[in-house]
Amino acid sequence: MNDFLNQIRLVADWLTSPAQWHGDEGIPARLLEHLTYSGLSLLCAALIGLSAGLLVGHTGRGAFAVASVANLARAIPTFGLVVLVVTLAGLSTVPVLLALVALAVPPILINTFEGVRGVDPATRDAARGVGMTEWEVLARVEVPMALPLILLGLRVAAIQVVATATVAAYPGLGGLGRFIVDGLARNDYELVIGGSAVVVALALVVQAAFTALGRAVVSPGLRVSAPKS
Amino acid sequence: MSDGEPLVRWQWIADHAAELADYTALHLRLGLLPVLFGMLVSVPLGILCHRRRRLYPPVLTVANILYSIPSLALFMVFVRYTGLTEQTVMIPLTLYTLSVLVPNVVDGLASVPEPVRLAATAMGFGAVRRVLQVELPIAVPVVIAGVRVAAVSSLSLVAVGQLIGQGGLGYYITRGLQLDFPTPIVTAIVLIMLLALVTDALLVVAQRLLTPWSRSRGTTA
Amino acid sequence: MIRFDAVSKKYPNGTTAVDGVTVELAEGAITILVGPSGCGKTTTLRMINRMVEPTAGTVSLRGRDIREIDAPELRRGIGYVIQHAGLFPHRTVLDNIATVPLLLGWGRKKARARAAELLERVGLPAEMAKRYPNQLSGGQQQRVGVARALGADPPVLLMDEPFSAVDPVVRAELQTEFARLQKELHKTIVFVTHDIDEAIRLGDRIAVFRDGGRLAQFDTPERLLADPADDFVAGFVGQDRGIRRLSFVRAAGLPLRDGPVLPVTSPVAAARALDEPWVLVVDDARRPLGWTPVADLPVSGTLADAALVPLGHTFSLAGDSARAALDSALLSPARLAVGVDADGAVVGVADAHELTAGAAPTDRADVAGSRTSGAGSRTEAAGSPVAADSAGGDR
Repeated sequence: MNDFLNQIRLVADWLTSPAQWHGDEGIPARLLEHLTYSGLSLLCAALIGLSAGLLVGHTGRGAFAVASVANLARAIPTFGLVVLVVTLAGLSTVPVLLALVALAVPPILINTFEGVRGVDPATRDAARGVGMTEWEVLARVEVPMALPLILLGLRVAAIQVVATATVAAYPGLGGLGRFIVDGLARNDYELVIGGSAVVVALALVVQAAFTALGRAVVSPGLRVSAPKS
Repeated sequence: MSDGEPLVRWQWIADHAAELADYTALHLRLGLLPVLFGMLVSVPLGILCHRRRRLYPPVLTVANILYSIPSLALFMVFVRYTGLTEQTVMIPLTLYTLSVLVPNVVDGLASVPEPVRLAATAMGFGAVRRVLQVELPIAVPVVIAGVRVAAVSSLSLVAVGQLIGQGGLGYYITRGLQLDFPTPIVTAIVLIMLLALVTDALLVVAQRLLTPWSRSRGTTA
Repeated sequence: MIRFDAVSKKYPNGTTAVDGVTVELAEGAITILVGPSGCGKTTTLRMINRMVEPTAGTVSLRGRDIREIDAPELRRGIGYVIQHAGLFPHRTVLDNIATVPLLLGWGRKKARARAAELLERVGLPAEMAKRYPNQLSGGQQQRVGVARALGADPPVLLMDEPFSAVDPVVRAELQTEFARLQKELHKTIVFVTHDIDEAIRLGDRIAVFRDGGRLAQFDTPERLLADPADDFVAGFVGQDRGIRRLSFVRAAGLPLRDGPVLPVTSPVAAARALDEPWVLVVDDARRPLGWTPVADLPVSGTLADAALVPLGHTFSLAGDSARAALDSALLSPARLAVGVDADGAVVGVADAHELTAGAAPTDRADVAGSRTSGAGSRTEAAGSPVAADSAGGDR
C-alpha cells in the first residue's frame, strides 16, 4: 500500500512539474499527436467500416466475407504490423496511420453488420409494410436498432487504436507512448509511470465518452438493461 | 530497409527453425495461460453476476475499463511489482480476457431457456447441481465463442510484452527493427496469426465435440 | 390427498396472487385449475412442489405439511410438465427421460431401461431415444416432457398448460393420449389451463379461479356447466355451456320413439301409408341404410328401389352422450337423430326438441346442493354422466 501511494506521489510529482507542460516533448504536444493519430485513423476506419457494414448487413450479401475478414484481422498482432510498416516504409506518419486504419476497420465492420443483420425480419417487414423505402428502412429502423452494436464496434476500435498508437512510439513515432518507451530506454521510472498514467487517463476518457454517447443516442427501448416482460 | 532486401529470406527461417520452435512454444504459453486463468476467474464471477444481477453492471464496467487500458501502460504498472518476468505479461493479459469472458458466461447462462430452468428445479435439482449439470452445459457454445475471441486477441497481444523483454515471438519483431531486416518481423507476424487461427479452429472442434446437441441446429459462433 | 388450507400468496409489492384458497384434491383424479391469466392458477400449482412458498396457510401432501420435506426431495417425487416441455437441449431424449431416476441414484442402466419403457408408453418410436430435443416436433417434445415427468413413477403429476404451445390438431391428439395414459396410471394430476374446453374434456374436478387469486368454484365439469356459482363463472365457461353440458348426459336415458322406420323389403305403399316426409330404411338386422324422402319414391316396388340420402351419423345408446345425439339430429336430413344399440340396430329416433327436453336436468336442488361441498355426488337418472374422456368423441 505504501508503495502504491509512493507511485501516486511519483506520478503527481511528474505531472505537476512545469517541464512536462511545455515544448515538443511536453504532455500537451504528445497528447495532441496521440489524439491526431487516433482520431484520424478512427474517422477513416469508421467511414469504411460503417458504410461496408450497413451495405452488407442490409443486403445480406457478402456476409461470409465479412465474417472471415473480421476473424483474420483479429489474429493480426498489431504491434508486429506497425513495426513492419515502419521497417518497410520508413519512419513516416502516413503508413502508420494506414496500419491503424486497417486495425480499426474490422471491429466496426463486423459489429455494424451484426447489428443490422440482427434486426428482427418481422420488424423489417413491418417497416416495408407501412410504406418505407429501402433507404428509410435502413435509416429509420435498422440503424437505430443496430446502434448499440455499432457503438460497441466504434468503442472497441477506438480502444484498440489508442492502445496501438501508444505502441507506435516504439519504432519512433510520437504520441503518449514516447514517455514510456523513452523512460524504459533511459531507465527513468518516473517517466515510465507518469506516461502510463496519462495513457490510462486517456483510455478512461475514451471509454467514458463512448458510454456517454451510448446513453445519449441509443433509444431507451433498446437498452440491454431494459426490463424484460 | 536497404533497397533490394526481399520481404522474406527463406534461408533465415531455415537457419532459425529450432529457435523459432522454442519461441513459438513460449508464445503459446504466454498467450494461452492467461485465457485459462481468465476462465478460472470468469466462470465463478459470471455465475455470481448471473445470480445477483445487481453485481453485473459494476463488474462489467471494471472489466471494460481494464480492457481499455493500453497493454504497454498496464505492463509498466506491473513491472514495479513483478519485475521483467512472464507474470508481468500474463497478469494484464488475464485481466483483458475478463471483458470478453465474463459477459459471455453471463450471456451463456442467460441463454438457458426459462422453461428448462424451471423444469430442472421442478425435477428436484439443487442449486449447485442445476448450474453444473444443466445451465453450464447449455451455456457452453456462448462461453466458447468468448474463449475464441479471448484466445485470439491474447495471442496477438503477447508480442507487445517484448518491450519489457517477455514477448514470445515478439522477440523477432523488435529484433527485425533493430537489424532493419523484415524477415523476422514477417515470420513472427505469420506465426502469431497461424497460432491464433489454429487455436481458433481447435476451439471450434472442441465445441462441436462438447455440444453434439447444437449441431443439428447449425449454429455458428 | 393434496390439501390447501387457507393458502395465500402475497408478494412484497402488495399484489395478491392467491387469496385464501382451501381445497382438497382427490387422489388418482385429474384436477384442473382454470381461469383467466393472472388469476393465480399457476402460482397455486407451484405451491404444491414448493417452487412458490405460500405466505399464509398450509399445503399438505398425504397428510404431511410439505414444508417439512426438503424441496429437492419433494420435487423428485412429483412429476412436472410445462408448456414448452423445458427439455434439456444438451441431453438426448432418453437421458432427458432418465433425469429423475438418475437424480434418485438408480444407476445409469436401470434409469435408461426405465426411460426406454416410458418412451414407448407415450407413443414414441424407440429410435427417437438417441435424438436431441431440437430434432423433435413440438408435439413429440411434449410427449417426451410427459415421459420425463413420469420417470420415477411419481404418484403426483403437476402439469402447467402442457398442451397449449402446440397446434389444435396435435393438442387434441395429445389430450386423447393423455386421457388414455391416465386410465392406465391413475396418477393424482393437477393440471393448469386457461382453456375451458380442455378443462371440461380432461378434468374430473375443475377449480375455477378469478382475478385476485380467489377460488370461484370447485366442482365436477357437469355441475360447473349446469350450475355456475356466479356470473363470473358463467361468463368464463361460455355462452354455449348449455350445449356442452349435454356431453355429460348419457344418451341411454334419452326418450326415443319408433318413428318412420321400415325394412328395405317393405313395399313403397307401406312408406306412403306412414304419412311422414322421410322414412328411415333399415336392413334385416335393423341396421340403418339411409333416409329416403317419401315424395321422391317410385310409384311401385319395394324400398330397395328408393334413392337413399346418407344418414349423417347415428348415435350409440351404449356409449355416446346427449350431445352426440343432438348433433346427429341437427345433421340428419330428416332432422331426426337415429339411436342405435351396441350391435348397430336402430332403437328409435328423436328430433332436437325431444332430445333437449329429455336431457334437461331433472333435479335442480340436487345440483345446487353439491356446489359448496365441492365433493358432491354426480347427477343421476337422465343426467347420468359419461366418463369425461369420451366427451371428446362427439367433436
